[in-house]
Amino acid sequence: MLITCPYCGPRDVIEFTYQGDGNRERPDPASQNFEAWNAYVYDRLNPAGDHNEIWQHSGGCRAHLRVVRNTLTHEILSVAFVRGDHAPATRRKAEDKA
Amino acid sequence: MAEYSAFSLLANALKGNKDWKPAWRKPDPKASYDVIIIGGGGHGLATAYYLAKEHGITNVAVLEKGWLGSGNVGRNTTAVRSNYLLPANTRFYEHSMKLWEGLSHELNYNVMFSQRGCLNLAHTPAQFDDYARRGNAMRHLGVDAELMTPAQIKRLIPALDISDSARFPVIGGLMQRRAGTARHDAVAWGYARGADRRGVDIIENCEVTGFLRDGDRVTGVSTSRGDIRAKKVAVAVAGSTGRVMQLAGIETMPIESHVLQAFVTESLKPFIDTVVTFGMGHFYMSQSDKGGLVYGGDIDGYNSYAQRGNLPIVDEVMSEMLALFPGLARVRMLRSWGGVCDMSMDGSPIITTGPLPGMYLNCGWCYGGFKATPASGWTFAWTIAKDEPHDFNAPFTLDRFYRGLVIDDKGQGANPRLH
Repeated sequence: MLITCPYCGPRDVIEFTYQGDGNRERPDPASQNFEAWNAYVYDRLNPAGDHNEIWQHSGGCRAHLRVVRNTLTHEILSVAFVRGDHAPATRRKAEDKA
Repeated sequence: MAEYSAFSLLANALKGNKDWKPAWRKPDPKASYDVIIIGGGGHGLATAYYLAKEHGITNVAVLEKGWLGSGNVGRNTTAVRSNYLLPANTRFYEHSMKLWEGLSHELNYNVMFSQRGCLNLAHTPAQFDDYARRGNAMRHLGVDAELMTPAQIKRLIPALDISDSARFPVIGGLMQRRAGTARHDAVAWGYARGADRRGVDIIENCEVTGFLRDGDRVTGVSTSRGDIRAKKVAVAVAGSTGRVMQLAGIETMPIESHVLQAFVTESLKPFIDTVVTFGMGHFYMSQSDKGGLVYGGDIDGYNSYAQRGNLPIVDEVMSEMLALFPGLARVRMLRSWGGVCDMSMDGSPIITTGPLPGMYLNCGWCYGGFKATPASGWTFAWTIAKDEPHDFNAPFTLDRFYRGLVIDDKGQGANPRLH
């Protein structure tokens, strides 16, 4: 399985770490809504088909990626940075200084 | 119905084996049943068998999307053990082990249960201490366990590399002698025949496409062979739990489906007569009665319903095998396959009433469902018949995740890919 990192290009899946269901929303840390916390920690969509998930390019640029992947065919439909469409922040700072 | 005995084997052998009868009927679905079980795998068939035998409920249908035993019951690596740490797991799996010990006799079907032992290797002092703790916990609950030294292990498995120059030297191990393997297909066939002869309808090529509802209550299923009504609908679909529950309008579950790959080599002469597991990675291996080495390791680690894996895990499993058994480097791999596991958030199963009225759910077996087949069917049948759990499965509820009562044997937290 190849994942095309928007920063590094197509790389083998072994460079990436799976971080799970991308549909979850972490509640406000101050929230005492137990149902929302339980849902965040334990509930998963688990579709048979297109799945919105988070991967980290841990063996490359270390960016967190939002990947849409088909769980029946392993086909990767889209890859984007989790924090908007830009290069990783550390790299940008280095370029800004230069 | 085909009965197996020394006499029937001899009589049929003399007649050229032409008179064997099919082991189960191929009935058309009736309009309604007392209980419908979705999923004709090991757990669904065992549930039907124990419903009929233990509770006298025989107006039962088992619906199978493909052919009988085409899912995980025919895809696993056949290991059977009850070497758990937490009491809820130990009690449940030990009940399963006791059922295994009498299963061939009970079913009049040779499931080739072989108590060849299961040995977990330790590679660090901390790991050895942890195994000692687990062994003590097991023995407190009446389960056999013994610690082994490297010298004993070398005598048991001569091909194992226990030298100091191994990448992860073996410093000991935890052995459960009563553990072992069973012939996985025979388990499905034996339970199928046992259920069928007690009146259960086993309906193959019958895919469930939706649930019939009366308000919240589930009153039956729609299938590729028409609507079927039932007082109780039980779901035992292993890796497809997420998909089937979505048909019932339940969008999220504390479950992720992952693929687990398994491998078998060409046949060898007797090489290893136990099940061995590697403690520094995730690898386990035994030898089948045909001679092939059967082995596996980690799940691929991302959601998948594909029933096939990807190459990195193949690579990883092979490296772990060679770390333990350098002598296998030139043995050829015959084939590999994948099964879909429903990985729960704490690594333990769910056997429960609900989540909707009229529905019963059996899922979350991660990749350890095969060894549980008898106890899973036995407790699920109890739960369906009596609308309440048996003591053995009372801890395995769906709401344990939301009540702070998770059963996390590995201590990995709510992370399915690590269980």
